[in-house]
Amino acid sequence: MVTLEKRPQPSRIVAWSTPFMAVLATMIAGGLLFAALGEDPLVAIRTIFWDPLFGQHAFFYRPQLLVKGAPLILIAIGLSLGFRAGIWNIGAEGQYILGAICGAGMGLAFYPAEGWFIFPLMVMAGALGGLVWAMIPGLLKVRFGTNEILVSLMLVYVAEQLLASMSLGLLKNPQGFGFPGSRNLQQYPSAHNAELIAGTGMHWGVAAALIAVIFAYVLLTRHQLGYHIRLTGEAPRAAKFAGIAPARLVLFCLGISGAFAGLAGMFEVSGPAGQVSIDFNTGYGFTAIIVAFLGRLHPVGILLAGLLMALTYIGGEIAQSSLGLPAAAIQMFQGMLLFFLLAVDVLTSYRLRFGKREAA
Amino acid sequence: MDLSSIDPVLLIASLMVAATAVMIAAIGELIAERAGVLNLGVEGMMITGAICGFAMAVQTGSPTIGFLAAAAGGALLSLLFAFLTQVALANQVASGLALTLFGLGLSSLLGQDYQGIKPPSTPRIDIPVLTDLPAVGRIVFGHDLMVYFGLALVAATWAFLKYTRAGLVLRSVGENHDAAHALGYKVVRIRVMAIAFGGACAGLGGAYISLVRVPQWTEGMTAGIGWIALALVVFASWKPWRVLLGAYLFGGVTVLQLNLQAAGIAIPVEYLSMSPYIITIVVLVIMSADKSRAPASLGRIFHATH
Repeated sequence: MVTLEKRPQPSRIVAWSTPFMAVLATMIAGGLLFAALGEDPLVAIRTIFWDPLFGQHAFFYRPQLLVKGAPLILIAIGLSLGFRAGIWNIGAEGQYILGAICGAGMGLAFYPAEGWFIFPLMVMAGALGGLVWAMIPGLLKVRFGTNEILVSLMLVYVAEQLLASMSLGLLKNPQGFGFPGSRNLQQYPSAHNAELIAGTGMHWGVAAALIAVIFAYVLLTRHQLGYHIRLTGEAPRAAKFAGIAPARLVLFCLGISGAFAGLAGMFEVSGPAGQVSIDFNTGYGFTAIIVAFLGRLHPVGILLAGLLMALTYIGGEIAQSSLGLPAAAIQMFQGMLLFFLLAVDVLTSYRLRFGKREAA
Repeated sequence: MDLSSIDPVLLIASLMVAATAVMIAAIGELIAERAGVLNLGVEGMMITGAICGFAMAVQTGSPTIGFLAAAAGGALLSLLFAFLTQVALANQVASGLALTLFGLGLSSLLGQDYQGIKPPSTPRIDIPVLTDLPAVGRIVFGHDLMVYFGLALVAATWAFLKYTRAGLVLRSVGENHDAAHALGYKVVRIRVMAIAFGGACAGLGGAYISLVRVPQWTEGMTAGIGWIALALVVFASWKPWRVLLGAYLFGGVTVLQLNLQAAGIAIPVEYLSMSPYIITIVVLVIMSADKSRAPASLGRIFHATH
């Protein structure tokens, strides 16, 4: 008989090793899945995790790691602050869309004028768009006590409809021969989020993601607000007695995660994606939730987890074209990762005890 | 625009169909939440049920087997959540999200070969004289069996919670799991059963969408219905009959906006399609004033030390 016994203190070693255990377990389970789909599991795993970095065409895929990782990291950093305090913003996908719409809208408003000030304005508009969208669940929670999980999620579907409306209406390219979608910002130099160093995938969004990692690290370890966030998450009652205002914390956490998600959307639409279109969003807002947990809600952990998740995206695409593996398999793979992580997480605070339970 | 083309009788009849999926899923979640478990994976279980039901119905040609498979698929997936939250003591919010993300991936993987196929049609009940009655006939009679099943489920759940001993035990586990444990009730076992029931209901609701309401399989076709089911439980203050009311309200909005789209009203289609979600938010805000009804142990982790 195996029973769980609470550890006197959560184990730090286990806490840091669980993500690796989860990745390993996912690879094994994923291998079985690929075998069930009729692929050689070792080849599939190598295609996903090895080829993008060291394979024959790695020079092409390595920049993609930054391109795909940056939005994931940026969004996950914002989400992690709230998750630590028990504030669940799971509508990052919607805030990401709003950031893209507002950022692109700001840039297109100036078209075809050129100027150095256009891109900074777009950045601000993008952050503000995401922030406002996240403030809706925030204010409703603070004012009426409405569940922020459900509201932020409902707003994803609203945002998707808004995106469709924008690409078919207001932001539609007047010279696009009637096709849905806005003008391509890559062909508009002042609004283009170009690569900072050609051929590396390094664009402003990557820089923003790195800054966000440092910002979150400093906030959580060196700033009072970060301390309040951690305290609220770990000991809500103690936080209450210490006089921490929960309302301000809710607004801050939702606001910052919304702004980061908005920024991610803005950098994406003005760079890699290029235009506002109906299928602009690809689920980064949801995958970022996995990234945040896989990174143990720690800024550095999230940085690594974001890169790993970007790797599975790229590897998944390669596996799709070279092995004919379905795209959904990767999505399931990512979901599995979160499952295993949550399952092994129990070992952080509990240890397994084998044999018969002693009489209490 | 021609509003006269909207027939109120047809509107009510189709409202009942539109409400059924979300109603069945919400009843399942209501049972889980009354047992103290917050399962945010409804969307994932619904979409998995949708494809399981669809695939089995296409393979066997029988919608009944399809619905049974959907319930089994949803329940099976929910057992993963049960393992995480009840055995591995994981956070319920995170586990629920994981279930949804996993379910969405799983369903599109399973559904690859089923795109663009028509499922066997689910027969409607057609009672010669009664269905032909003016107005009432189309509303009360002449639906498919699942519509009546949904109504029966609401009534049965209500009676179960209010009048049976098992219902009382379930509620006690949800209100205070430590007290229930001290009385000798198997908290974990009861919760696992409640979660599985919730999963089966979500699966049925999903299959109703893919087999009757649409009827077709497309990726991500539940489009947030599972989340609306979660919102419905809050709206209903954890009471079965209010789930019915909420589901009909939601169904009414959905059907009305579809009718308005068809009638060519001057509001763009996208804004009409948003309306069910926006109204859900508005209703949530109105209902959040009443906090008293939430089960006291909802979302809390139970670990028996002795």
